Amino acid sequence: MAQTKRQGERTVFFETPPRVISSASIVGDMEGKGPLAAAYDLILEDDTWGESSWEKAECKMFVTAVKLALSKLGWSTDSLQCLLGGDLLNQIVVANYAARELGIPFLGLYSACSTMAESLLIGSMLIDGCFVERAACAASSHFSTAERQYRYPLEMGTTNPPTAQRTVTGVGAVILSNEQAASGYGSEIFTKIHITCGTMGKVVDMGITDASNMGAAMAPAACNTIKTHLADTHRAADYYDAIVTGDLGRFGSEMLIELCLDEGIKISKNHIDCGNLVFGPNQDVDCGGSGCGCSAVVLSSHLLKLLETETWSKILFMATGALMSPQASLQGETIPGIAHAVVLERDN
Amino acid sequence: MNQQKGRDYRELVKQRSPKSKTVLMCFKAFLVGGLICSIGQVVQFIGTSALNLSEEDVAAFTAIVMVFLGATLTGIGIYDKIGSFAGAGSVVPITGFANSIVAPAMEHKPEGYVMGVGAKLFSLAGPVLVYGISSSILVGLLALIFP
Amino acid sequence: MDWMKLFLSFIIGGGICVIGQLLISLTKLTPARILVLFVTLGVFLTALGLYKPLVDLGGAGATVPLTGFGYSLAKGAIKAAKEDGVLGAFTGGIKSTAGGIAAAVFFGYLNALLFKPKTKK
Repeated sequence: MAQTKRQGERTVFFETPPRVISSASIVGDMEGKGPLAAAYDLILEDDTWGESSWEKAECKMFVTAVKLALSKLGWSTDSLQCLLGGDLLNQIVVANYAARELGIPFLGLYSACSTMAESLLIGSMLIDGCFVERAACAASSHFSTAERQYRYPLEMGTTNPPTAQRTVTGVGAVILSNEQAASGYGSEIFTKIHITCGTMGKVVDMGITDASNMGAAMAPAACNTIKTHLADTHRAADYYDAIVTGDLGRFGSEMLIELCLDEGIKISKNHIDCGNLVFGPNQDVDCGGSGCGCSAVVLSSHLLKLLETETWSKILFMATGALMSPQASLQGETIPGIAHAVVLERDN
Repeated sequence: MNQQKGRDYRELVKQRSPKSKTVLMCFKAFLVGGLICSIGQVVQFIGTSALNLSEEDVAAFTAIVMVFLGATLTGIGIYDKIGSFAGAGSVVPITGFANSIVAPAMEHKPEGYVMGVGAKLFSLAGPVLVYGISSSILVGLLALIFP
Repeated sequence: MDWMKLFLSFIIGGGICVIGQLLISLTKLTPARILVLFVTLGVFLTALGLYKPLVDLGGAGATVPLTGFGYSLAKGAIKAAKEDGVLGAFTGGIKSTAGGIAAAVFFGYLNALLFKPKTKK
């Protein structure tokens, strides 16, 4: 029996940490007017991108983001042994149809808005386990496809409650590789970033039922994962230059900081949230951004660049997801939350 | 213990959640809702004085015109903007009923004209008809029993 | 034009919308539930004779909100029930609101055919 790579309750350490070598991000018009505009690879002015439906447009974004991340390396889709990813729509159709076009072996994932972290975690396990050498991890969401699935039709004249968040239109793709396979090509975009460990999330439900207050529903799951991760790794919160959550938004972040304080963990200094980064203060989005694409585009544009350019050396990337469906909500179910985390480190 | 934790957390969330500005929203709803009803009143005047319609025909005429306005403003993409300002002021009038018919129907066009447009036309307005018509039949029957 | 009537329709109509807004803001009722609640409320208030005075006073201010739709339904059903019995209770409501319902289906379908939804900015 090989020795376990798990440490503590549910944190895995990679023996040969996989490399993050390339990434790409595509966003919609509104995100392109946000504070991270300069970091995105492609900003769509028209979020149907010439397609006949928004679902088709989201799929095209997914395909293009993966190809773009590969083309930065001079690679083609044949270079990958696995594509991991998902989106928010029923049966994760966007990722399914994108995988049909890409032709890469595909492991479809659904973990709501925490899909990006889940795919990085599983992708790293596959590479460290020598099952594949190179893999792509991607997640997508689209305001106009998510809105009609989870809320009201776009043209409905209703007012959002102040705790609502706006689904990000965007796809983020990240290419992972083992050490040998990466160095063989020599043109990688990121040369120093490794994924060193990760913590699997547990489903946590504190009984929030308000589907327009997702940040508050997911914050307890995020707190649970942070607490377990720090205990498993025997680290303190200030070990990381940044603890990045996916889409808690302004109110969810406030709740997370509060919950962590209750557990004796102080994260107010180094906590940032992708949902707060993706839109500016003068953009009318209530509590910030949300959706699979939110953490995916912020990671694959902004966060990886900050790591590579030596602003940061270690971050905990933890995307959060709300695992309900519209039917479950109508049946009076509460909203279960989950948070998966991976640690991204730059070599010194 | 866990149940207690959940209760405490829900209480905290309730306390700290950013509140909607109820007074301001009520003012906006009053303004826009009142305005839509005034437009209805003008339509009613036109029906009675210019077209010399009977009392019952005026009611139908007003409803048809208001529904036409609500549906068309939704089609050209203006009603949702009024709605994001007005809150209930744009939901409660019959124009809001028209809005709730057009909005899902146009959005589901990619799924075809039968199961998309046709079926979704009443996804939000259907319940209004179900409860409105059923309760009116009930009331009619009760009127027979207790004249 | 009767300016007093116009003014009253504004006040009464606005007032009914404020009740709706209070329900949305304070009870987290969704707009779909508000619509159902208002039409049903209109039906029962009319049956109890409480809505008619509001219509006399506010005109369109009371008939344009969805409670007014309920008023037309109930008024038609009660009147027809008294004239034609049980059959009237079934036909009366829809008869008196036929114009509005038919217009909603027709203009709803037409607009859905002609236009495409736009992303919110």
